[in-house]
Amino acid sequence: MTDKSHPIARLLFHFASPQAFYPLAGKLIPWFWALTAIFGVAGLYISFFVAPTDATQGEAYRIIFVHVPASWMSMFIYLVMAFWAGIGLTFNTRLSGMVAQSLAPTGALMAALSLWTGALWGKPMWGTWWVWDARLTSELILFFLYIGFIALQAAIDDARRADKAGAILALVGVVNIPIIYFSVKWWNTLHQGASVSLTKSPAMAQTMLWGMLIMALFFWMYSIAVALMRARAIILEREANTEWVKHAVD
Amino acid sequence: MNALFATTRRDLLLALRRKSEVLTALFFFVIVTSLFPLGIGPEPALLKKIAPGILWVAALLATLLGLPRMFAADHQDGTLEQMALSPAPFGLLVSGKILAHWLVCGLPLVLLAPVLGIQFDLDAGALWVLTLALLLGTPLLSLIGAIGAALTLGVRGGGVLMALLVLPLYVPALIFGAGAVEAYIAGLDIGGHFSLLAAMLAVAVFFAPWATTAALKIALE
Repeated sequence: MTDKSHPIARLLFHFASPQAFYPLAGKLIPWFWALTAIFGVAGLYISFFVAPTDATQGEAYRIIFVHVPASWMSMFIYLVMAFWAGIGLTFNTRLSGMVAQSLAPTGALMAALSLWTGALWGKPMWGTWWVWDARLTSELILFFLYIGFIALQAAIDDARRADKAGAILALVGVVNIPIIYFSVKWWNTLHQGASVSLTKSPAMAQTMLWGMLIMALFFWMYSIAVALMRARAIILEREANTEWVKHAVD
Repeated sequence: MNALFATTRRDLLLALRRKSEVLTALFFFVIVTSLFPLGIGPEPALLKKIAPGILWVAALLATLLGLPRMFAADHQDGTLEQMALSPAPFGLLVSGKILAHWLVCGLPLVLLAPVLGIQFDLDAGALWVLTLALLLGTPLLSLIGAIGAALTLGVRGGGVLMALLVLPLYVPALIFGAGAVEAYIAGLDIGGHFSLLAAMLAVAVFFAPWATTAALKIALE
């Protein structure tokens, strides 16, 4: 039988098999760790030593170099997770569910980090750890959605069923995220609670922007490296009784 | 459509034969709302301000109590599998079960809420708005809750897990439902709240039975 599909599609199909993906991930992981280290050192150097002290916020503003990339990642990882979950549900591929499962803890970590650094930033800036701002509240709900996804997958013993149930939950969550975001935003403006504005920040210095972008790359590389390592562990665990795993480990 | 109403009728009959389960959730609603004044203090102005939120949160929790029953018994005795295999569309039968859940767990809350609102010194207009908001909102809670109930069917620690999955998704309904009453008390326009609740209900009526059916099929595999 000759395979007439496009070469890129053929490549994707090839690596959709856990057996083919496992060594590929193994080869990629050191590269992503190396990039993590490079971007991490450069980003932290810029954010601590190069970026100027902010005129109004002082030194404490430097926490946004962690806070903003973590918030971006927490939202983006949910989308990626839901995407792979949807692929897994439609094409019935085993690897997609494993990738979704390996992304969830990193996403939850990013959401938690974003909330925590937000609180640390809020204390010196607004004089309070927490305000019921629309962004903070929707980030908190996003964190709950991650926890729900992880808890549901952990509660179901059959891995394939856990993948599919988690996929439905992730897709329902993705439909709901914009609704939740806008409802929380409207709720916030209706109540006129906090008098601070997160959206009208003063124009950022060029070096600050570069620092933030490099830190964002650092978070990207870290997330990919960690998710690949976790995916490899999940593959080994689920395929433990297959012949190739026995050879792969020794 | 006949299949839908037949399922609803059957579930209602079953619920009527086990009245205590229905009444337990209803009394839970009454007790929870009565606990708040005891915890906060009997000051009428404060109670009036927090009444919409308390009644809505209590309604969310009371709906949650009835959700595990939606599919569990039918899953145990095999009825659910027969439904999945029947010639009638499974989604329609599931919709019938969701409708029955709302009639048993949601509608009594709607009827009871104005009585409990009097405890909080809400005036007649606010009570009407509360009742109408719950009338639009409780079917939404049943529809979203059905997805959670189906996903956790036969899973270890299903009840608590379901609360964890469903409660974050209830946030928009809570915001606009309680918000409508608050807006009315503050003398603002309430049309927007009702439009959004109705819009969310329309979306949920279309998508939730579909997602529930997909989740049930996974549970039945």
